[in-house]
Amino acid sequence: MSVLHTLARAEAVAAGRAVPAATVRHTHLSDRPLVLVPLTTAGEAGAPLGALVGTDRAAPELLVVPQPLDRELRFGFFAGLAGSLLSALEEHCDDVEVEPATRTREETELCADALQIVVPNAAALEYVRLVGRSTRFLRTAEDPDAPHPVPVPVPLLGRWLTHYAERARTPGSGLLLALTDLLTRHWATGQSAMEDQHLGALLGWIDPPPGLDGPAAAARAQTGRTPDGLLLSPPAGPATDPVFDNRVLAPALARYDKARTAPERAAAEAGIRDLVGSQLRPTWDDMWRGLDLLRALPEGAHVEERWKRDRWSFTGHRDRVRAGEPPQPKRDDAIAAAQKLAGRETAQARLAAQEALDDPLAMAARRLSGEAFTGTVVEVEMTWSEGRRPMPRPILTITTQDLPQAEPGAKAYRALPDARSAQGAELAGTPEPAVAGGPVRLRVKLTGGMGSGRTPREGSVPAPGDTVTFTLFEHDPRSGPALPEAEQTPWTHGGPPGSEGTPAAPDPVTAEDFL
Amino acid sequence: MTQPVRGPGTDTDGGPYDPREPQPPQASDPPHASPVPHEPFDPGRAAAEATSAILRSTLHGTARGVVVDSPPGAGKSTLVVRAARELAAAGESLMIVAQTNAQVDDLADRLATADPELPVGRLHGTDSPPDPALDRHRSLAKSTSVAELRDRAVVIATAAKWAYVKDTEPWRHAIVDEAYQMRSDALLQVAGLFERALFVGDPGQLDPFSVVGADQWAGLSWDPSASAVVTLLAHNPGLPQHRLPVSWRLPASAAPLVSRAFYPYTPFRSGTGPGDRRLGFGVRGDGGGLDRALDEAAESGWGLLELPARHTPRTDPEAVRAVALLVRRLLDRGGLTYSAPDPDPAPLTAERIAVGTAHRDQAAAVRAALSTLGVAGVAVDTANRLQGREFDVTVVLHPLSGRPDATAFHLETGRLCVLTSRHRHACLVVCRAGVADLLDEHPSSEPVRLGVTVKFPDGWEANHSVLAHLAEHRTVWRP
Repeated sequence: MSVLHTLARAEAVAAGRAVPAATVRHTHLSDRPLVLVPLTTAGEAGAPLGALVGTDRAAPELLVVPQPLDRELRFGFFAGLAGSLLSALEEHCDDVEVEPATRTREETELCADALQIVVPNAAALEYVRLVGRSTRFLRTAEDPDAPHPVPVPVPLLGRWLTHYAERARTPGSGLLLALTDLLTRHWATGQSAMEDQHLGALLGWIDPPPGLDGPAAAARAQTGRTPDGLLLSPPAGPATDPVFDNRVLAPALARYDKARTAPERAAAEAGIRDLVGSQLRPTWDDMWRGLDLLRALPEGAHVEERWKRDRWSFTGHRDRVRAGEPPQPKRDDAIAAAQKLAGRETAQARLAAQEALDDPLAMAARRLSGEAFTGTVVEVEMTWSEGRRPMPRPILTITTQDLPQAEPGAKAYRALPDARSAQGAELAGTPEPAVAGGPVRLRVKLTGGMGSGRTPREGSVPAPGDTVTFTLFEHDPRSGPALPEAEQTPWTHGGPPGSEGTPAAPDPVTAEDFL
Repeated sequence: MTQPVRGPGTDTDGGPYDPREPQPPQASDPPHASPVPHEPFDPGRAAAEATSAILRSTLHGTARGVVVDSPPGAGKSTLVVRAARELAAAGESLMIVAQTNAQVDDLADRLATADPELPVGRLHGTDSPPDPALDRHRSLAKSTSVAELRDRAVVIATAAKWAYVKDTEPWRHAIVDEAYQMRSDALLQVAGLFERALFVGDPGQLDPFSVVGADQWAGLSWDPSASAVVTLLAHNPGLPQHRLPVSWRLPASAAPLVSRAFYPYTPFRSGTGPGDRRLGFGVRGDGGGLDRALDEAAESGWGLLELPARHTPRTDPEAVRAVALLVRRLLDRGGLTYSAPDPDPAPLTAERIAVGTAHRDQAAAVRAALSTLGVAGVAVDTANRLQGREFDVTVVLHPLSGRPDATAFHLETGRLCVLTSRHRHACLVVCRAGVADLLDEHPSSEPVRLGVTVKFPDGWEANHSVLAHLAEHRTVWRP
């Protein structure tokens, strides 16, 4: 946690409500996101109990499993979820634009927009991943040999959910988002990070209802109960409130189990639907309230670019599904794992740089940690590079209150608003205190972004009195060298997939894994 | 820190090795108890035997890989240079992979100094020209293109640079230096370039890490965020594993503690005996806490300067000042280092002192404090950057000093191991009181995953054993 974030939390405690942790919104928000609030059954790992799902806040679709231990009903639930989700995905698959050819790529089709899925919290996101993992290999009624066929669209749902959940691991991605993560990125509350996972409490801090302050609203959301003992603000899932499970849900399930006639069963099922709906509805409303709060923030300048990468990811998966490729493998092979990790590390560096460039608060955190500095130019000394064609290398003397931590000769990058790329520079000499304890003087040599002539391009060199910001991190980090093909996996990593050198998995596959 | 459970490969010791039955650390063990009773331990001979066994495996063995574990200051670089020269002399083409440009420059320099006739190629990136100091070697060629260096007997570069080398005939041999600090995915990128390799590294130092989560691959034998050696051994369990048994850097006062706390299954000894390395002062102490801590360190090799318990920000101003004052007093009192057999002391200069911290901002704060005290030339850096370096005296700001919590970062065994194993004479630790209680309140709670190499010892235990030892050399000080 940065010093600045600690300060923001302390301020939130003192003020009794959340304080902004960002001046812009760092995530793309779709106009019509698909909100998904799943609930699971206590005592049965991963068994769904119900969900509210939809793109229309006024008309969510309620899916309920009246008896969570019944396998048929469970897969009926997944089929229902597939119905909502796949139709929403399908809407985005055919609306394409054409991306012009570049040096490394031919002209390509790119989906104009991608479906954005928002779930309440990190646990719900993990549940989406679990559903994807447990359904993408299932065999359907189309397969005559399947011993326990599931409804046809379920494995396809699993593949999409797996793709979304895997993409969510890429820093800065926006295909699948947990609302509590989004809100805590943009506001700092006075409660612990653990409590911030409670959507109701988090919203209480950010936007307390009239007459309450943050702590009171959060306490009410966490522990306030109605006279019959149920929580005023039911947990945002996927786990349910034990009091609800014991006092209300269990008798209703028992009634369903006891029902012997169709009308009895229908009545019992309607009862359970109402109960599960009553637990989901407050969270559903909270979800949209949270999205409204985020929408009120202006979008950061680089958000669009990151969303475009999500659209590429979406389009790529669409193409793999259409090409009839098999589901994602159970485990990544050595090359795929290394590729994913490298891609995510680049994405993390890019996200951190772009957030700093978009948001003065994010830049302030980097300045405080010595990774950037802002100061005033006091002197510009023109020098030129040696060589056949001398290039301008102006040396700026800057006074700053910041304390950049870098050796002389280290690369620096000038942050320019609206610029496509950073202006390269390097630190010339160590920072010197102008006055003890006061601002420091720094010398920085500009090395690029001044055109190709002997005189720098108009406006590319700051003048004395200008305020400039330099970062010690790259603004657009490149990805590393290409990895070998899977068939070229070296002997140190067990050779190509399927060869003898691969040691047995620590968690061997059993027949149950394919159920 | 990665201490792989050793496979059935040959061990230099030749002795049975059973990871399930660790020898309980015996505080009462005399520091020079010999593994074979009635036979005095000869460090020179033990080291020479280990080295020749390694060279035998490398030059004449049949395995594709040879792994060498080296404790701090055990002559790893010397071994690499020697193995490189012998491989080159045998007419084998050799590439060397190191992790940082500084390490590559250092190795290239050593190699060219040891054998001025050996044609060495230094492959480097366009943005990172090699150290100009290498220009004095006639036989050393530098280039950004591997094609220009293909005729060289030895080509040396960082793993990051090697990863860009494609479509070339593989080298017959490779030496991978600091292999425990190399990530598995970095090895994946370069392993296609060589047929066989010697992997050398220190399993006790900081593990490689990733800035993004890699939990989803935990337990896979090719987890890209794991150490290269862990992956290598998981896929090639029969590879010969050797270790260097003697630390020439650590004095007799430090080797037993570092060995016991950080290398419980692969113990090592100091190459020097008690009294061979001494620290003295030209000026008597003034009786203050700082000087008493210095005298204790001169006497015993360890000194703990304990400040009153308090929760502080990371850059605890009092602790930072205490570190700076200790360095100032070390210099003011005319520190003298004695190294047997040389009877004459060498003056302890600023260049021979290092300050180690856990975080970069702490290092920056110490640098600022030192400059206000008029001290220049002392290396002040984080554990990550001090890895592989050696000094006469180190002053360490304890990673847990003043903290309200003990995170996995601060408990990482390798961090403390690096900080407490850089010195040839003495190590001073500055710490707030109460770290032992803090440790007791934060037992390690990392999830246990199937298939993941168990890390021994865990940071919690190693921290406790170091603290318990330091407590015997404690000076309580109020700023």
